[in-house]
Amino acid sequence: MSDTADPAASAEIDEQTRRDFLFTTTAAVGAVGLATAVWPFIDQMNPAADTLALASTEVDLGPIEEGQSITVVWRGKPVFVRHRTADEIKSAGEDDKAELPDPETDAARVQQPKWLVMIGICTHLGCIPLGNKSGEPKGEFGGWFCPCHGSHYDTSGRIRKGPAPNNLPIPAYNFLSDTKMKIG
Amino acid sequence: MSEKQMHPIIKWIDYRLPVFSFMEHELHEYPTPKNLNYWWNFGSLAGIVLVIMLVTGIVLAMHYTAHVDYAFDSVERIMRDVNYGWLIRYIHMNGGSMFFIVVYIHMFRGLYYGSYQAPREILWMIGVFILLAMMATAFMGYVLPWGQMSFWGATVITNLFSAIPIVGDSIVTLLWGGFSVDNPTLNRFFSLHYLMPFVIVGLVVLHLWALHMHKSNNPLGIDAKTDQDSLPFHPYYTIKDLFGLGAFLIFFAYFVFFQPNFFGEPDNYIVANPLQTPPHIVPEWYFLPYYAILRAFTADFFLYAYTPIAWIMSAKLAGVLAMFASILLLLLMPWLDGSKVKSSKFRPVYAMFFWIFFLDCIVLGVVGGKPAEGVWIYIGQATTTYYFVHLLVIIPLVSRLERPKTPPESISAAVTSKAEG
Ligand code: HEM
Ligand code: FES
Repeated sequence: MSDTADPAASAEIDEQTRRDFLFTTTAAVGAVGLATAVWPFIDQMNPAADTLALASTEVDLGPIEEGQSITVVWRGKPVFVRHRTADEIKSAGEDDKAELPDPETDAARVQQPKWLVMIGICTHLGCIPLGNKSGEPKGEFGGWFCPCHGSHYDTSGRIRKGPAPNNLPIPAYNFLSDTKMKIG
Repeated sequence: MSEKQMHPIIKWIDYRLPVFSFMEHELHEYPTPKNLNYWWNFGSLAGIVLVIMLVTGIVLAMHYTAHVDYAFDSVERIMRDVNYGWLIRYIHMNGGSMFFIVVYIHMFRGLYYGSYQAPREILWMIGVFILLAMMATAFMGYVLPWGQMSFWGATVITNLFSAIPIVGDSIVTLLWGGFSVDNPTLNRFFSLHYLMPFVIVGLVVLHLWALHMHKSNNPLGIDAKTDQDSLPFHPYYTIKDLFGLGAFLIFFAYFVFFQPNFFGEPDNYIVANPLQTPPHIVPEWYFLPYYAILRAFTADFFLYAYTPIAWIMSAKLAGVLAMFASILLLLLMPWLDGSKVKSSKFRPVYAMFFWIFFLDCIVLGVVGGKPAEGVWIYIGQATTTYYFVHLLVIIPLVSRLERPKTPPESISAAVTSKAEG
């Protein structure tokens, strides 16, 4: 080791491999260590504990008449709660057999057919579709219409036409009573 | 200022830290082609705008509050209550647009005169990275006033990443720090908006370092060979750059004082409302061409539907990739262009296509500002197609097939023959 002046003379084969081995293992351990040290700096960007804790929202269903919808905020996102009419339920069921870009039956999207609960964010690029307030355009399928790039959703919130790839997502929710519901 | 003329104190410092001889060398003696035209002013202008953005930005940050409940009001307070706050904010706001105007001209200059060709490839590539860094900076800056366009622009653009298969949604959550664009997002954007301009300063240093290795290109695109071809940078080009700066500042000041909201969107004076999307979301003008490319990729766009792209990815992902590719492809310019002659002055066919490309970019910008409906969809798809055909087919072919005219012997020969003739 001490004689490094003439590497050709001093470099015996086994010395070389031992060095190579030490070099490689040191580098590997160093790389793993570095990656471990970097992770906290990436993960800090993910939702913090208190953000995650804003988990659930309760909704009073009493005042929502048939054919009306409301928008509630859950985790900073709008959630559409729609009290569907018999006609809407019927056409949603019939459309199960239509050509759907993201096939799903209406039954799989509701717990009680008259209550449709969905996250009101267009699955294209995140705009809020129109149609939840009376007077707003509901699109060609009588559900919701996203004005940003023209996505049409049906009375089950399924994507039917336009650039959005998926149906409006269903959040986790359960009914606490006939007139109370908890989202999240 | 030669070694002998230096003041003893300066000499003492220079011996230990040669800043003075460095400046003398790079800013005074620095030989510059004598035939540069006014299109060569835009580099120094970009540098000055960067400084203006840094100064106004740091001052704004002294009054700005990065919190969803206060951000909008703090900007309004800057406008109404802070002494000269309106001026400083309008300079910063319009400065963003000025920065892009100057840099886009600077880049088209490079494309026209072949400034990306050997040995200036790295110089050009650093320029492309500066453009990317500027775009990130401006995008995050636009979110800070927390108006409707801030919020919805941020929502749409961050959602682009959800197009990435499998990890897309996790990436979006990571960017947001929550379940939507919200306070954590605003905070990190402020932090990064403060950081990025300094990254740009670093890139600019590398850009100038590369520039000073082989010096400026020039309108003839031939190398300066003798002393006859060059002038010392100072006073010849310091004066010319200052004159250009004066003209530019008049233009800049016109907008700041008379049309401060010309480049802006009125919707951004409405505070962000996460429950209501504005009817028509548009990015800032300097992003419009890319936005048009993004939106051109619909399921029935022939470049998508009838090519293998449709087998492997969704139209949404294709649009996102095309948008990034439209800029990243510029990195390859030095190799896409196979011509031995740099300047378009001697390449009439290439020059014609250059102007068509220039027009194409303008039309893309117009399309990006229109709602995606009717005839605009087809214009957008045609111009998007041309954009890529120009870079990937026309440039490689024309540059290799065209027989350029013969450039003059030397810069000085061209200059004197012009003076005599
Ligand atoms: C590369 C240079 C920069 C660019 C292109 C840029 C761009 C922008 C843009 C487009 C806005 C939105 C203006 C508006 O609509 O109100 C903005 C806002 C802001 N920027 Fe910058 N910026 C730059 C440098 C900086 C720097 C160095 C700082 C220092 C911290 C800064 C601090 C701010 C602040 C506090 C705001 C919010 C106040 C406001 O909206 O006017 N910027 N920036
Ligand atoms: S965000 Fe809804 S259609 Fe694009």
